[in-house]
Amino acid sequence: MFEDIGNLMHGFAVVLQPQNLLLMVVGIVLGVIVGVLPGLGGANGVAILLPLTFSMSPTSAIIMLSCIYWGALFGGAITSILFNIPGEPWSVATTFDGYPMAQQGKAGEALTAAFTSSFVGALFAVIMITLVAPLVASFALRFGPAEIFSVYFLAFCSFVGLSKEPPFKTVASMMIGFALGAVGLDQMTGQLRLTFGSETLIGGFDFLIAVIGLFGIGEILLTMEEGLSFRGKSAKIDLKVVLKTWKELPRYWLLSLRSCLIGCWMGISPAGATPASFMSYGIAKRISKRGAHFGKGEIEGVIAPETAAHAAGTAALLPMLALGVPGSPTAAVLLGGLLIWGLQPGPLLFVEQTEFVWGLIASMYMGNLVGLIVVLTCVPLFAAILRIPFSVIAPIILVLCAIGAYTVHNNTFDVVMMLVFGVVGYFMKKANYPLAPLVLAIVLGDKAEVSLRQALLGSQGNLGVFFSNALVSTVMTLGLIALFWPIIQNGISRVRGALGASRPAQ
Amino acid sequence: MSATSKVLTFGVAACVSGAIALSITPAKAWEPTHPIEIIVPAGTGGGADQMARTMQGIITKHNLSKQPVVVINKAGGAGGEGFLDVKNSKGNDHKLIITLSNLFTTPMATGIPFSWKDMTPVAMMALDEFILWTNAEKPYKTTKDYIDAIKAAPDNSFKMGGTGSKQEDQIITVALQKATGKKMIYIPQAGGGAVAVQLVGNHVDSTVNNPIEAVAHWRAGKLNPLCVFDSKKLDYKEKIAGDKSWNDIPTCKSAGLNIEYLMLRGYFMPPGVSKDAVAYYVDMFKKVRETPEWQKLMSDGAFNTTFMIGDEYTKWVAANEKLHEDLMKEAGFLAPKSN
Repeated sequence: MFEDIGNLMHGFAVVLQPQNLLLMVVGIVLGVIVGVLPGLGGANGVAILLPLTFSMSPTSAIIMLSCIYWGALFGGAITSILFNIPGEPWSVATTFDGYPMAQQGKAGEALTAAFTSSFVGALFAVIMITLVAPLVASFALRFGPAEIFSVYFLAFCSFVGLSKEPPFKTVASMMIGFALGAVGLDQMTGQLRLTFGSETLIGGFDFLIAVIGLFGIGEILLTMEEGLSFRGKSAKIDLKVVLKTWKELPRYWLLSLRSCLIGCWMGISPAGATPASFMSYGIAKRISKRGAHFGKGEIEGVIAPETAAHAAGTAALLPMLALGVPGSPTAAVLLGGLLIWGLQPGPLLFVEQTEFVWGLIASMYMGNLVGLIVVLTCVPLFAAILRIPFSVIAPIILVLCAIGAYTVHNNTFDVVMMLVFGVVGYFMKKANYPLAPLVLAIVLGDKAEVSLRQALLGSQGNLGVFFSNALVSTVMTLGLIALFWPIIQNGISRVRGALGASRPAQ
Repeated sequence: MSATSKVLTFGVAACVSGAIALSITPAKAWEPTHPIEIIVPAGTGGGADQMARTMQGIITKHNLSKQPVVVINKAGGAGGEGFLDVKNSKGNDHKLIITLSNLFTTPMATGIPFSWKDMTPVAMMALDEFILWTNAEKPYKTTKDYIDAIKAAPDNSFKMGGTGSKQEDQIITVALQKATGKKMIYIPQAGGGAVAVQLVGNHVDSTVNNPIEAVAHWRAGKLNPLCVFDSKKLDYKEKIAGDKSWNDIPTCKSAGLNIEYLMLRGYFMPPGVSKDAVAYYVDMFKKVRETPEWQKLMSDGAFNTTFMIGDEYTKWVAANEKLHEDLMKEAGFLAPKSN
């Protein structure tokens, strides 16, 4: 333990070299740019910039790459809040309350809350990695198909019943999402599904295309219908908003802690940042006193998903280093980088490459801090974008969306699909069908399906596999409780009501 | 075989460098004029992706191309997306695709319309080996122990983890079932790294991971290699895990399992590309093979380093396609002919 802390201090010494500090700032700025452009997410950004780092020492290279990663994570929140376009799957939940806040002229507050929560979440996860890395790696090994399915199950359950729309509409929207998610190759049988002989459909519907269309384009259509305004939204350009928001944030420490724990747990079990953000948002809405106001611009609705997503994103780096299994596409590209530098991820990396590992962990601390400073100073600048009249900014967003959609697979068909999804999103909003369940189903539906079928294949169809050990039983039970919580709550209040009514009679 | 393949390679190399020399004399040699794309018909982090990205790094670091190299993953439809892209980029001299066995298995299993004949063969960079792995906590010390255990138990008692469905890992599993006469439960995962971790966590009983996918866990004492699905032992004698080297792993044949399987790691280009462009990439790949980084990748992953180009490569691919057709037919993996 003390030896580890010594190593960490040595890592800080490496990271604080002026050259490495400079690389950090460069990495963060590049990362933010990459994160702001929808579609060009962290994974693409790191992949494109990876060759730049081949001439550096592995430690410098990983510092720069992980800073691009942090920058992209921070940047993803910007478009979610300002334009309702999530750049990454885990930013979707941030749009639910972040975008309404921006609409009410509170973009600065929303951005500050998002950035600060990201920082808190990531910091919490790094501290956990520092203290209990070996324990965590062995915990990750306990997740087989049944355990992984139970985690997805919990994510879905804690999200069902959240929306204010009728449950029927929520279920309908989710089912459309499952159907869209099923298009393409079925991993379990190696057969194509629902492609109708079309070559363009064999890759299935990418989540990003759907989201850019449903949220981004759909939003533009709705706004246009309300008439093109030539005045921008009022947004104060003042750094004071950061300090003002900071004063409020400590009030939500319990929410942050809970979100951090959810995030770390989801990051280690290979479910990842996306279910973490949804689950955290869902639970926050259930528990918060202001739960009924979620979705209308509640700051708690920004803090919960952002904290959890970044705790998960950071914690996911641990299985990558210790087991060689990337927790996210970006982590996969980083993994490729490690191999090129001749570093072999696996249980022995921590023993054989101490300098590199602790340099990386030190750079997580510093990269996050530098990142927070860089993005916070830019908050007024980002918020000021909203002062530009919609009629000017809409075509720019449209072009960015099209570029983003194209970049995902370098495919023109995807741009057409994005527009189709935009029209679908517009009509769904008009008819009051919630979009979030659809998105959740596209992102997690096929993964949940695959782990369900893997588990049932292994157990020869016996459903008992989902209650076969303490871990999986606990998670499944939590899921069931979350699913039936409204009924349970109703029951409790009825019993209470009955007791209350009978008491005076006694 | 390595000695003969070296001689062969040398001979072919001499012929090709002769051809390049000839093409230089009349006109200036072909050079890329914009960035070179390498398509990976698989996800990030897998074997093909690692090789493509390592090559990208080598080419950049050693300045082997004046134009940058871009690696693009097109994994949709078991790689069909990537192959269709190359097939439809007729005459594009700046596009390459690295293959795995899905070059053969994807069109056969799914009916996605492409074949290697739709593309221009460039070079075989290496062949990837397959090893039978079990968890080190389990009592199986030799292949025989494990096979006996399978034979002694009823059908579907043992779980095999593998990458994808109706692809190389499942083909080997079917061959194993035939050899033991017992059915196994095959559980497909999305990638080789995840497969190895499922074995470390004891969620499956064995895997047929490529060396590079499982080596880290072997070195950490978590996994145990039983045998290699090749006609001869691996060449690498450097100690890897304790006092064991790749060379110490017996062949499956010697352990009574008559199964051999090697996977192509080679390059193709779109149809109708210029001969000069192909010659340029062959020359570039030869330079890549000489770098220490490439040699490190080869020894880390215990690759079979056979290099082939031209007619020899084309013939090998044709023969390998036939082999896959037989294996897939036998396993019942061929797509019903509908269109």
